[in-house]
Amino acid sequence: MQTHIAKRVEIVIEAPLERRLTDALTAAGVTGYTVLPVLGGSGRSGQWSRDGQVGRAGMVSVVCLIKPERLDGLLDAIFAVVKKHIGVVSVTDAHVLRAERF
Amino acid sequence: MTEILSLAGANLISPIILSFALGLLAALARSDLTIPEAVAKGMSIYLLFSIGFKGGVAVSAHGIDQTLVLALIAGLVLSFVLPLLAFGLLRVMTGLSAIDAAAVAAHYGSISIVTFVAATSVLNGRMISSEGYMVAVAAVMEAPAILSALWLVARSGSGEARMDPGLIRELLLNGSIVLLVGAFFIGAITGEKGFAEISAFIEAPFKGVLCLFLLDMGLIAGRGLRQSRGVLGMGAVGFAIAMPLVSAMIGLGIGALIGLSLGGVVLMMVLCASASYIAVPAAMRVALPEANPAVYLTLSLGVTFPFNLTLGIPLYLAIAQAVTGA
Repeated sequence: MQTHIAKRVEIVIEAPLERRLTDALTAAGVTGYTVLPVLGGSGRSGQWSRDGQVGRAGMVSVVCLIKPERLDGLLDAIFAVVKKHIGVVSVTDAHVLRAERF
Repeated sequence: MTEILSLAGANLISPIILSFALGLLAALARSDLTIPEAVAKGMSIYLLFSIGFKGGVAVSAHGIDQTLVLALIAGLVLSFVLPLLAFGLLRVMTGLSAIDAAAVAAHYGSISIVTFVAATSVLNGRMISSEGYMVAVAAVMEAPAILSALWLVARSGSGEARMDPGLIRELLLNGSIVLLVGAFFIGAITGEKGFAEISAFIEAPFKGVLCLFLLDMGLIAGRGLRQSRGVLGMGAVGFAIAMPLVSAMIGLGIGALIGLSLGGVVLMMVLCASASYIAVPAAMRVALPEANPAVYLTLSLGVTFPFNLTLGIPLYLAIAQAVTGA
């Protein structure tokens, strides 16, 4: 089957920032994204866990797929939100079936 | 003194406190005991709805008076002012930066609704009534402290506070506030009849749910204490115990001045003495990302919350009884 090259951008960010990040993605022209719960983890800011949390604590993972030529603009938009916050931004190569959707 | 020790002793061996202690010890001992996030959120929704509804029912039974308005104004002003006091104390007692001190101060101007719920439970256990509208005072005191903290940062010129319209909306329409105030109005509108219809749900299981919720709080506090070892100095820990005592005394004076009942005065003291660990930390992550969450969360949840729960509440009750003569 024919596949098309795309970029998969994953942003693990503090839960209180989720809406600001997804707003920035939408403003940057991303046509879709997926928000995933993250169970827990560890990093430069110490350990954290989702267990038992009541407020908007912990982290979420936001994943989106875009055409490679739009990557730089998207990363600028993401960086404007995450630059001062705890989190990880990663970009990986991906293949998609329906290129017109991204 | 004997009375205070007796009250504290009885409080310490209540199921609520022992559940908290169990969670704390389990986390410190690295047990794998956890409460799933969805269960914790479900219990929090139940407790907020229940306490809000019961407060509304009490208001419907006793009506609205001038004291209600005064209590709301007092709560609002205290929430704006207490962070200024906390910031001053932190700068004297600790070596925290202005940003960290402001973030901690925001927590101590806001409130802990779980401490409030625990205090109402202690009052109910001793058949001491309180003004139902203290729930509304609690809701009013959630957010203003955050604005004071951001002002403190701007004034100190030590960093950039990120304040956007989205944050103000999130603060005012924070889920806890919406649920608490909404349930309060439902209780006030439906009154005793409404209470009779759902009392089997919101009254009988209340203490049991509170025990499990405090077990969860103990687990979170224990994990926080374990992970933040070495982050806090003695000055910061001293602040986390001194600040609630100072704030409680201010709450005592204000509560007595505006004519609250003994129960109302105790709840005002508890609201002033408690520190937020749900709404304010989330707001601080957005508005003051440079502030260290290990500092403010450990102080509010790891030191002040257990202090208020175990010794603070009985102490505030004893002092209020001595001062009001009730």
